[in-house]
Amino acid sequence: MTLGSDPEPGRALWTDALRIAALAGADPHGCGGIWLKAGPGPVRDAFLAALQAALPPGAPSRRMPTAIADDRLLGGLDLTATLAAGRPVVQRGLMAEADRGLVVVPMAERLGAGTAARLAAALDTGAVAVAREGLATQLPARFGLILLDEAVEDEAAPRALTDRLAFHLDLSRLASRDLAPRDLAPRDLSPPVPAPAATELQRPTPPASAEAAATALCAAAEALGIGSIRAPILALRVARLAAGLSGDPLGEAQVSEAARLVLAPRATRLPPGEEAPETGPEAVPGDPRPGDLPETQETGDPETDRTDESGRALEEVVLEAARAAIPVGLLAFLAGEQTRSRSAQAGRAGAVAASTRAGRPAGSRPGDPRRGRLALVETLRAAAPWQRLRGGGVNDVGPARIRVRPEDVRIARYRQRTETTTIFAVDASGSAALERLAEAKGAVELLLAESYVRRDRVALVAFRGRGADLVLAPTRSLVRAKRGLAGLPGGGGTPLAAGLDAALDIAEAVRRGGGTPVVVLLTDGRANIARSGEAGRARAGEDALAAARAFRAAGQRAILIDTAPRPQEAARRLAAAMAARYLPLPQADAGTLSVAVRDAGRAA
Amino acid sequence: MTLDDRNPDQPPSPAPDPGAASEAPARRGAPAAEPRAGGVSVFPFSAIVGQDEMKQALLIAAVDPSVGGVLVFGDRGTGKSTAIRALAALLPPMRAVAGCPYACDPASSAGACPHCSGQSAPRRSHRVPVPVVDLPLGATEDRVVGALDLERALTAGVKAFEPGLLARANRGFLYIDEVNLLEDHLVDLLLDVAASGVNTVEREGLSLRHPARFVLVGSGNPEEGELRPQLLDRFGLAVEVTTPTEIATRIAVVRGRDAFERDPAGFVAAHAKAERHLQRRILAARERLARVAVPDATLEAAARLCLALGTDGLRGELTLMRTARALAALDGGEIAEIDHLRRIAPAALRHRLRRNPLDEAGSTARVARAVAEVLA
Repeated sequence: MTLGSDPEPGRALWTDALRIAALAGADPHGCGGIWLKAGPGPVRDAFLAALQAALPPGAPSRRMPTAIADDRLLGGLDLTATLAAGRPVVQRGLMAEADRGLVVVPMAERLGAGTAARLAAALDTGAVAVAREGLATQLPARFGLILLDEAVEDEAAPRALTDRLAFHLDLSRLASRDLAPRDLAPRDLSPPVPAPAATELQRPTPPASAEAAATALCAAAEALGIGSIRAPILALRVARLAAGLSGDPLGEAQVSEAARLVLAPRATRLPPGEEAPETGPEAVPGDPRPGDLPETQETGDPETDRTDESGRALEEVVLEAARAAIPVGLLAFLAGEQTRSRSAQAGRAGAVAASTRAGRPAGSRPGDPRRGRLALVETLRAAAPWQRLRGGGVNDVGPARIRVRPEDVRIARYRQRTETTTIFAVDASGSAALERLAEAKGAVELLLAESYVRRDRVALVAFRGRGADLVLAPTRSLVRAKRGLAGLPGGGGTPLAAGLDAALDIAEAVRRGGGTPVVVLLTDGRANIARSGEAGRARAGEDALAAARAFRAAGQRAILIDTAPRPQEAARRLAAAMAARYLPLPQADAGTLSVAVRDAGRAA
Repeated sequence: MTLDDRNPDQPPSPAPDPGAASEAPARRGAPAAEPRAGGVSVFPFSAIVGQDEMKQALLIAAVDPSVGGVLVFGDRGTGKSTAIRALAALLPPMRAVAGCPYACDPASSAGACPHCSGQSAPRRSHRVPVPVVDLPLGATEDRVVGALDLERALTAGVKAFEPGLLARANRGFLYIDEVNLLEDHLVDLLLDVAASGVNTVEREGLSLRHPARFVLVGSGNPEEGELRPQLLDRFGLAVEVTTPTEIATRIAVVRGRDAFERDPAGFVAAHAKAERHLQRRILAARERLARVAVPDATLEAAARLCLALGTDGLRGELTLMRTARALAALDGGEIAEIDHLRRIAPAALRHRLRRNPLDEAGSTARVARAVAEVLA
């Protein structure tokens, strides 16, 4: 799986990377940009240097912190210039400054949904709409976006953005020895050479009609399991860009290359027919290999039936090129990760949402500075327009004094820190499943609905068998909650301690993100799997009590809902150790449950 | 300020010298993100492949703005924004009082807006494009509501009101991309104005009211957060769009996009006839709308449908009735039939169901079930 063990794939990947840099540099906005997965280091630096070298001379490049505020991102009123000039002066934001160049976002996995949406709007329209602080204007912002993603595990750059970027490049497994020595010295970088990786590139290429190219790219996207329609659109755009750069008509080479660079990294499944022995790209075009064709082709819809022999050949060549670019083992890895990546996706949304809530400034409001923090610049900005009316002089000679009146005073607003995240820790073990899992699910559903109405976030941990799983990371999405709960299996032992530990971990993450966590534990309290994973009631019970005491020590609010048919002494003891409110399920009707959770959230 | 200088049809001019633009004075009242601004070609509405439910809903809103807005929810890259920007280019121009910042209708009685109330009839009027105003994320409240005219305050020391986005959207469309990410205080503000059709400004020593009747069009992705129920209810129609999965459709989408990008003007010209045809259809439908009868049978069916689904309040029935009528008008009919109800019911009702977040069948399926049972 590691590319470094074999120098060849690493070298090929680097060649592709240089080609991507050349293409994205030539038309940053047209390509959308690059989602670059790589840690900081010589490889990433060399790539960024190559990209910089490929940009037209003088093209701007701006680095954007993920926590950027709107006045810098979108632009706003330039206070100093406005006061000096006596008329409103626009200060351009970072996106407008990067027009015809690049916006580089380090740690893109930390981007919030709001910032991502603002970037996405500019990517779509090529302009930034400023409707702020008395200004209404539109500034050109035709930039390419470079997302530097250093994500581990659950994080990833926002999908709303990555979907819009032509190139997805993963250099995280590339070592400096895969690079040619000259690539590591960024200054004497000659323009990157086009990749001669696939054999068909050397063949003189017959021109392809736009129709055949679109058909081939759509068919390849279909075969690779790429859902987004933007992928083939971007691929075709890249193919045209490549043709334009080399001065050739749009042909097989360009379309194949676009499939390799744009579509292959987005693959979510192996093309049909992968299991069959590889015939290789030198196979005669037009050679009927039905196994290679996507299924929908065979069912024969009118559009593709019209494509002639050569069109069909192009489709095969393009798919072949894309397939060749999929690293060996990557798809097997993907297939194994399919279920996990869904929850990883959920985890991302949760993490990003939390990061925007970590007490980040969120504009300002008129208010009394005794009840908030004075927003000095905003206050001056509010006072500025009135100076002439108040008899002060913006154009006066001498030290002009700004007349600030009480109604000008602004106080800073921060994101609410009181958002509640309800973490459900559900005992899905055999003992619970046999008796009351269905009812426990019912209770969770009820509370989910309540949380939705209150716009709380919810998370779901299930423990059974040997350990605990995070079924649903903190999210406000009901779609995900539904999915997570529906897919909750039952059976196995009761690793109560592991479940408690997992719930507390999430609670701490929520607290770090500025939220208020409440844990709702649904169990009968009868642990039989210890932290070590070994079976044994005594040890498991001790571990569970220890885990429960950690709740008390952390001051974590919790509710324990006893799911056993009759109230259990074990569960009651556990609740006492956790300092949790104890509710036996038979008495916990809809009203009681929701009131209990709401009270816990308020008291926290 | 006249309407003309609020539509300066200028392309977002490239700024060769990065320093130059920061010196430039703000273009006051310039469109925030006017889709038509710039003479930049807009992808034609009639060239949009598939997404029939979304197109139908937008056309209905164009025929009868009183249906109360359209919400478009769905996957990424399904052409939500494209369709709404295309609608702007498609709508036939309207008559407006010359010089009125709210684009008042010369035919309606004066006095509705601060500009026209002082004028004596007859007022001069001119033809203006129907405004389709973007409410960008990150817009500040002062620009949405309207605020003190900064430039006049600074240069002349005059306290004057500069209308905001709500004023510009009067008689047109207000479009919010990623509506679910809009800040709560802006949502509250929009809710109030959308309900009353009047924008009340009480800020910075200014105090006035002006008309702000617009069709709210929102788009978003449910995976990025749910919409507040109060805002959801404000929309007359809610459509769900999905990425096309059929390969022939996908090829058509990719080819259309490619053709448009290579030669925008040529592509628009190639669809000009279809666009004109669609525009005439909208105009004819508007004219016919008042004559379209809604028989008792249709009303009764609408009521039974809402009862079966347990929708709250009367809004569902009202929307069903209005949209069925607009759809009949679009079809060239004079009677709103049960079949029109059937076609519009999913969009009119799916966002009004009592939320049962864990019902495995989505709300679309629930509406379809009720339609099959009630309108059998």
